Amino acid sequence: MSNIILQVENLQTSFFTRAGEFKAVGGVSFIVHEGETFGLVGESACGKTVTGLSLLRLLPEPAGKIIGGKIILNGRNIMELSKKEMRDVRGTEISMILQDPMTSLNPVYTIGNQIGESVRLHQGLRDDMVDDEVISALRLLRIPAPEQRLSDYPFQLSGGMRQRVVGSIAMSCRPRLLIADEPTTALDATIQAQYIALFKDIQKQTNVGIIFITHDFGVVANICHRVAVMYAGKIVETGPTSTIFKAPKHPYTTALINSVPRLDRKDDRLYSIEGQPPSLLNLPPGCRFAPRCPDVQEICQKEQPPEVEINEGHTVSCWKVK
Amino acid sequence: MADILLEGRDLKKHYPVTKGLLQRTIGWVRAIDGISFTVENGKTLSLVGESGAGKTTAAKMVLMLERLTSGTILFEGQDVYKFSPSQLKTKYRPRVQSVQQNPWSSMNPRMRVRDIVAEPLIVNTKQTKQQIRSRVLELLDQVGLASNQADYYPHEFSGGQRQRIAVARALALNPSLVVLDEPVSALDVSIRAQIMNLLKDLQAQFNLSYLVIAHNLATVRFMSHSVAIMYLGEIVESGEAEALFQNPLHPYTRALISASMLTLPEDEDKGVKKIILSGEMPSPLNPPSGCRFHTRCPEVMDICSKVVPEVYEIGQQRVKCHIYANTKE
Repeated sequence: MSNIILQVENLQTSFFTRAGEFKAVGGVSFIVHEGETFGLVGESACGKTVTGLSLLRLLPEPAGKIIGGKIILNGRNIMELSKKEMRDVRGTEISMILQDPMTSLNPVYTIGNQIGESVRLHQGLRDDMVDDEVISALRLLRIPAPEQRLSDYPFQLSGGMRQRVVGSIAMSCRPRLLIADEPTTALDATIQAQYIALFKDIQKQTNVGIIFITHDFGVVANICHRVAVMYAGKIVETGPTSTIFKAPKHPYTTALINSVPRLDRKDDRLYSIEGQPPSLLNLPPGCRFAPRCPDVQEICQKEQPPEVEINEGHTVSCWKVK
Repeated sequence: MADILLEGRDLKKHYPVTKGLLQRTIGWVRAIDGISFTVENGKTLSLVGESGAGKTTAAKMVLMLERLTSGTILFEGQDVYKFSPSQLKTKYRPRVQSVQQNPWSSMNPRMRVRDIVAEPLIVNTKQTKQQIRSRVLELLDQVGLASNQADYYPHEFSGGQRQRIAVARALALNPSLVVLDEPVSALDVSIRAQIMNLLKDLQAQFNLSYLVIAHNLATVRFMSHSVAIMYLGEIVESGEAEALFQNPLHPYTRALISASMLTLPEDEDKGVKKIILSGEMPSPLNPPSGCRFHTRCPEVMDICSKVVPEVYEIGQQRVKCHIYANTKE
């Protein structure tokens, strides 16, 4: 396997609110290799976006805090960096694409200006050299006629093109790791397919590692090499994409995959998971999925299951699996 | 075909584009441009397409929230545009109800669930308070909510439960047709399954017809009896759902199915390739000549940019594409 660029160990992030401590991420560990796409999948409020923001140390302060764990990026623990040092890491080593290009671009600045901003800040280029860098970033994302796009405003572009501009900003300083948070959710099916194919190409060209955050299993299957399934702030299962799809071991993964209607066959009835995820303010003492689990045992309600590696690279946290 | 509840014939809706102080009309947005479809009793028709295809406009026409530019909508054989306002209120509106996409914005946050579900009954019927009260509890039970939840406000519910309230409200008047505009796309994956199962159960129980507006093909295959695929204001292919999904004929349908199909990394190694369309949907302000899909079609021919294709009937499908010109029966 190629080099590890990111190693996350027991990351814990909480939000301290008037109502109490909101345990958004309750100890997650994973690694990302160079040139690999690692998927973080789960439903709303399972902690996938907060994990992404924690890696960039961009949590809304003072409410959000990383309260434990290590984030080792390119060999150093970025939790120990000062704010200024962290600023240098962002953009050049690690960057992010957000879900909605309508809100992540500034409507009153031109495209050239917005991509130029990150180039200027992170690469310290002279003004006359910025445009060339911007054009090459636009070209990387295959935006047609990039020279003319420089003076365009976001409203002049379609949704798909806007999301490519967001991609250009993220890739403009050629980071080693890219966090993509639901980058295709706001796009139409055919445009989504274009965007994913484009990112596969960019990854081949630049060998960037990608953390792909999504709730859409179809997208995961298409782009990710490995996947981690999250539930209520914890990773319940990690493994190679095909293994997760064909032989899921955790009851939540199985239920989630079965509850999605299939395009390649006609289902008469969908499997549905009864109930709802637990409140992050008041988590059950044992396995967090226990209240909804069809195979629940006595121990599940009392103790959290350990993470067990059942095959190489396939780990599951469930009492049923030994 | 027997048992047609609703039929749309050659529906068109063009919105004027105006400019200047005098609001001169400088062009028309052809949101829907000559579509025809039928909804059968107790069955589901889905209108599928990407944003800008005109599917929501079509739903608004059926709900009569906006008036058609031209075309006819027949409900049980009667032209709904010929109804007087009072006939419309007694014969059409109570029997055609809708569930909107976003359960966070489709309900008044200041009303209790009890009042939200009761409102259609208060407006449209002369039932007594006692009758309404028991009907509301019956409806909540049918959608899987407990009777003690009737006094809660919408914010006290999760998204899935709120969508259940919206369904209860839509069913209050025993409608024949329910227009479901993206009924599950705002919900989480595991909750979607609950709502889709519920909608299917209710359809079987009350012999409801559904007109579903959706962009997710897998959802559509699960829900529908028949499907119409829309592109830029037109229906490019329609037909019986299973026939269409097993053997898509129009190049756009094929691309759409291919783009949404689940492919694992090893499928790709085996040579399964997705059809990736180039470009984006053109503006409905100035649609391409000939076939509207020709600018992105992977199987484009010379004729496509010049002549508007006819609709060809092949088996249980109808397809608007020149490729099938020679297979005409």
